[in-house]
Amino acid sequence: MEVIPMRDGFILAAALFALGLVGVLVRRNVIFILMSIEVMLNAAGLAFVVAGARWGQPDGQVVFLFILAMAAAEVSVGLALVLELYHQYKSLDTDAISRMKG
Amino acid sequence: MTIVFYVAGAVAVVSTALMITRLHAVHALLYLIVSLLAVSVVFYALGAPFIAALEVIIYAGAIMVLFVFVVMLLNLGEEAARAERALLKPSMWIGPLILAGILSAEFVYLLASGSGGSYGTSIIGPRGVGASLFGPYLIGVELASMLLLGGLVGAYHLGWGKTQKPEVR
Repeated sequence: MEVIPMRDGFILAAALFALGLVGVLVRRNVIFILMSIEVMLNAAGLAFVVAGARWGQPDGQVVFLFILAMAAAEVSVGLALVLELYHQYKSLDTDAISRMKG
Repeated sequence: MTIVFYVAGAVAVVSTALMITRLHAVHALLYLIVSLLAVSVVFYALGAPFIAALEVIIYAGAIMVLFVFVVMLLNLGEEAARAERALLKPSMWIGPLILAGILSAEFVYLLASGSGGSYGTSIIGPRGVGASLFGPYLIGVELASMLLLGGLVGAYHLGWGKTQKPEVR
């Protein structure tokens, strides 16, 4: 039985993370930014699972579960903020809220 | 036999790249769901079937439903019907369909090969993950539950809305 090399798993995780980072940097629509953050969190979890599979330990999968819970909490609050942003500014452009009054 | 891992990884990268270049959020969501399904296949190939199932159920299921809900909620208006017609053009859904077709072909291949489909060093199922989760990582579970409660309260507070304020009490 062939084993998937750990290097290839990390290359895949790095590629996905880089794509998510590019999405965060180049898109101005806040929905796209949230989706790209999801991709980056998923890539980080993939790196943990790859490392856990390399040593045959469940710790990587446990950390992925924590990342999953964190992503769920982040998305629920983030999308509530998106709705609030749309109601106040009638726009999803992040440049609309570049100045905060606080 | 590691071909499953590489094909699924290629599908994940291609669909993510297409996701960040779409103009409309609904098309991007289609590609994002395909990307998450591809990463799920990667998890399965790495010997983590429990995480693969959770990836489909929670990421591609629950979290993506939230995204679809918000995108559709923000889409209301008189031009929504025209936009819907444009969304359903075959050129828009043929790409995600092809990528998802590759993934389902891999699924059929895994079922047909009958090898359990795991090529990692060892398969760690729900039993091992659960024993570790509620053993040395118990404090992490408690912290995650606090975080989820905080997310719930925060989303509820933000979603309350100013129009409903007078109806309180």
